[in-house]
Amino acid sequence: MGEHSSILVVVISLIASITNVFIALVRKSLCYPFFVFILGICFLLSMDILYTVINFGTVKYKLGGWMPPWGIEYVVDHLNAFVIAIVATISFVVAIYAKESIKKEIAKPRLPYFYSTYLLLVAGLIGIVITGDIFNLFVFLEIASLAGYALIAIGEKRSVLASFNYIIMGTIGACFYLLGVGYIYIITGSLNIADLTRLLPPLYESKVTLAALAFFVIGVAIKIALFPLHRWLPDSYTFAPSAVSAFASATVTKVGIYVLIRISYTLFEPRFLTEITPLSTILVWWATIAIFFGSTIALGQIDFKRTLSYILVAEVGYIVLGVSLGNKEGFIGAVLHILNDAVMIACLFMIAGGLFYRIGRRNLTDFTGLKKYMPITMTAFLVTSLSMIGVPPTAGFFSKWYLILGAIRAEQWISASALIFSSLVNAIIFFKLLEKVYFSKKEAIPKYNFRELPLSMLTPIVLMGLAVLVLGIYSGKIISTVIEFTVPKGF
Amino acid sequence: MEILIGKYNYWIYIGLMMIGFYAMVAKKNLVKKVVGMNIFQTAIILFFISTSYKKNATIPIIIKSQEVIEPIQYINPLPHVLMLTAIVVMVSTFGVALAVIVMLYKQYKTLEEDEIIEILKDKK
Repeated sequence: MGEHSSILVVVISLIASITNVFIALVRKSLCYPFFVFILGICFLLSMDILYTVINFGTVKYKLGGWMPPWGIEYVVDHLNAFVIAIVATISFVVAIYAKESIKKEIAKPRLPYFYSTYLLLVAGLIGIVITGDIFNLFVFLEIASLAGYALIAIGEKRSVLASFNYIIMGTIGACFYLLGVGYIYIITGSLNIADLTRLLPPLYESKVTLAALAFFVIGVAIKIALFPLHRWLPDSYTFAPSAVSAFASATVTKVGIYVLIRISYTLFEPRFLTEITPLSTILVWWATIAIFFGSTIALGQIDFKRTLSYILVAEVGYIVLGVSLGNKEGFIGAVLHILNDAVMIACLFMIAGGLFYRIGRRNLTDFTGLKKYMPITMTAFLVTSLSMIGVPPTAGFFSKWYLILGAIRAEQWISASALIFSSLVNAIIFFKLLEKVYFSKKEAIPKYNFRELPLSMLTPIVLMGLAVLVLGIYSGKIISTVIEFTVPKGF
Repeated sequence: MEILIGKYNYWIYIGLMMIGFYAMVAKKNLVKKVVGMNIFQTAIILFFISTSYKKNATIPIIIKSQEVIEPIQYINPLPHVLMLTAIVVMVSTFGVALAVIVMLYKQYKTLEEDEIIEILKDKK
């Protein structure tokens, strides 16, 4: 089954996104059950892929029976399977959350199209991760981006301008990636990643290879919002509908980082990044600046979603830092942080959306006295906040621990201090909030209709909150069964 | 001089790309930005098609089972196929961008970026 799951997971979500529009013509009330059903299937298929990969090793699927390197091939190893499982799980959980949340934020006739676009985004993201062909990756990258632009544009009033800026920047990123593909194709005549791994090493000295690498890195850096290229992210995720913010913030940047890992360590060998080009060093410094910047700006925000967006910019810095440190601890920390950060950020954005659902606002001051009105949500918030700060035994502690170990082993003292600085900033932000929630003497303004969230919104939040704890406790197990195998050779 | 004239299509690709990039960054009008984006993408098509070209080569179709098939006689069809896909992607990006521009115009009654920012500032 594992072999066919890899193609089914993409095809089902892609076809479902179109089918959903036709279902809407017949009966609009059927759209939502169909949407959740499809994402449930995707979730099960992703688990099947993960199970197959863990037990039987790399899965390969030849599209249309064409032999690689001529045909397109889907290759799933531990890293892909891990990221696919994250994307499919988060998409499913947020889909449950989306039902109530989205009803308040967009007009009812548009709901079916929202579900279709969401499915398209899922298909694009899973496609990016699963494919073993660099041009195919570009196509999925654009599918995911286009769905993302549309989903962001249907949010609040200001989201349209944010979406437009995202289109301009995202297109530049995708075009740079495409140029990179072009240069790689000129020099090797192949587009298959496994084939390129074999063909590229003799060509490392060539200027064309270097140009391709530069285009790849800049293109992907725009897509993952690495510091000076992050301009599209805060506005987009602040004004997008809550469910979209939760899903997109947790997965879009992570999938981009997955592409960066693939390019740096599968397409090229680690020695290319350290000995022939100074890319590793550049990325370490770049990420360090991103962490400092993201955390500092996050301190000065009023809007909770905007604070989270800037924290996300810093978190992207964490993961890129871990990937480029060039040792085992850093890499394990980075891959583990892809999972942990996806869960934490999704949970926090869902809580922000819950606040918005009840009172139509989500400023930091609105948290005052909430423990009385939303006790369960706030417990989940407490756990996730502690994880963001990095308090053991929550998930955030373990990935940060590995990242700092990696930075120390690589003797990057400034990067290590950036990680600690960022944790401290998170501590300031979240302790301030927790103080407002739990210890504030002031009453919440009574005219607001504070109540606990409806069950369909509460369950995903609680699930994610529990996941933060469970992932923390079982992080050793996750590392030994999956992440150990993702570490590139030569570390 | 050789490199200027002999590879003029690559110079045009770079020129087009810079024009598109300039329009995207410097122009205030949103439609001009999107048109710049389109020029930028078109430059990439030119680049890919240029790479497939060979002098005195023909289209890669074998009419009968000829004597020997020399790869040098045929141009490379793959970049063309890739660009067909890329054109589809670009058209859809263009479509989404125009749709977003329509939404923006309905909201702000203008398409000048600085005027929109002005309106947003006034609201605050």
